[in-house]
Amino acid sequence: MDVIIESLPQYWDGFLRTLFLAAVSGIIALVVGTLLAAARVSPVAALRGFSMAYVEVVRNTPLTIAFFFAAVVLPRLGVTFQQFEIAAIIALSAYTSAFIAEAVRSGVNSVPIGQAEAARSIGMKFGQVLSLIILPQALRTVVPPLINILIALVKNSSVAGAFFVLELFGYGKQLANDHGDAVMWVLVGVAFFYLLITVPLGYLAHQVERKVAIAR
Amino acid sequence: MTSVLYDVPGPKARRVSLIGSVIGIVLIAALLAWAIMTLAQQGIFQAQRWAIFGQADVWTLLANGITATLSAAAIAAVIAFPLGLLLCLMRISDVAWIRVPTRIVLEFLRGMPVVLMMLFVLLVFATSSFIAVVAGLVLYNAAIFAEIIRAGIQSLPRGQREAGLAIGLTSFQSRLSIELPQAVRRMLPSLVAQLVVLLKDTSLGYIVAYGELLRAVQVMADFLGPQFLFPVFFVAAAIYIAINLAVSRLAIWIERRGSKKAAGGVAKAPTAGVSTIVK
Repeated sequence: MDVIIESLPQYWDGFLRTLFLAAVSGIIALVVGTLLAAARVSPVAALRGFSMAYVEVVRNTPLTIAFFFAAVVLPRLGVTFQQFEIAAIIALSAYTSAFIAEAVRSGVNSVPIGQAEAARSIGMKFGQVLSLIILPQALRTVVPPLINILIALVKNSSVAGAFFVLELFGYGKQLANDHGDAVMWVLVGVAFFYLLITVPLGYLAHQVERKVAIAR
Repeated sequence: MTSVLYDVPGPKARRVSLIGSVIGIVLIAALLAWAIMTLAQQGIFQAQRWAIFGQADVWTLLANGITATLSAAAIAAVIAFPLGLLLCLMRISDVAWIRVPTRIVLEFLRGMPVVLMMLFVLLVFATSSFIAVVAGLVLYNAAIFAEIIRAGIQSLPRGQREAGLAIGLTSFQSRLSIELPQAVRRMLPSLVAQLVVLLKDTSLGYIVAYGELLRAVQVMADFLGPQFLFPVFFVAAAIYIAINLAVSRLAIWIERRGSKKAAGGVAKAPTAGVSTIVK
């Protein structure tokens, strides 16, 4: 138990870094994922094909493989990162954006057809239909699943900790090595800080879901 | 739905779309060519680097890795599913002192990274890495299975439970023989999709030094020499993705089949829309 209090500075630092990784990757993934979803429903066949292939491949690729590639294979090929955090952010946002694209696409499909028809009948083009009419409504309904994806992102950032990035999990491994006699408490502390992020987010998702349910 | 978003393209729009497509394909091709050129400069495509795949030993090692990955996933799935059913029944129990602690445990398990659970089991219980991987996967996925099945039970028409109680079944009997079978069937696509997640998560075994496919790649590279890292990694990653794609396809196939056959249809994954209809 004392270990947790003793190493509180490390925990706090790791906590902030995990938050930073998740927040930056989350924002990038939200933008890229929405663009991918837009490409998926666009009139241009090549965009549709690209988006579909990207989502299909990335969703079925384990994140560990992406990190293994960035951390072990790329340096062998002469590509090294000054800061491995950047590689971690690229891998995490590339991975998460595929899931966000799927969620947003299901939201687009849930918007009543009449909305798009009305927009087109007053002369809007595809870009206008999507950005002014469909996406604002679609994004609203997919907020709970999007929050769940962001929770998964927070948890996935622990994989970055396993490969050189010092965040919550990385510090946890280090502390577990230093305090061989109190490994259990060290890891309980790490778990606590993860739950500090994921449980409130889960609660938020639940609340938003209920609110959307009432609004309907 | 897609075609609703834009007018049927006329000759001009089609031309613009075609030009856009061509530019996009050229860009992607250029990117690929650049990547291949860069790799070629590193000597990746020298025949002797890929000649190792002619050796039986390499395939034996890869096969060992695949076996380790699949066996961990299979054992974890087989344990996690009944455990998930049990947790689900406890989570919706009428008895508060069963329901509330289960809820807390489920929240706890769902909120933690799988790799942290694996590390915890490995270090605290000093087990083999295989048991650590399986335990981590079982704990996490049982919690997810429980939540999926719970969503399925909640999506059933209320009359199902009422009818069960009306013919004199106890609450538990009604759950077990009326609601669960329908819920599991409805949620089959989500459950199989979760299997893909489980399969992907076995790769976390690499971090706790379990000898799965990725670890096999590293062992081979250490043994054969670093110049073989890329070819071996490339093949292993392709195998991994191929297996996952196959299971994903299976999930989609079940969903299509189920929506045709099952009486109540198959419920979609628990998104905002579905659970709102339920209430």
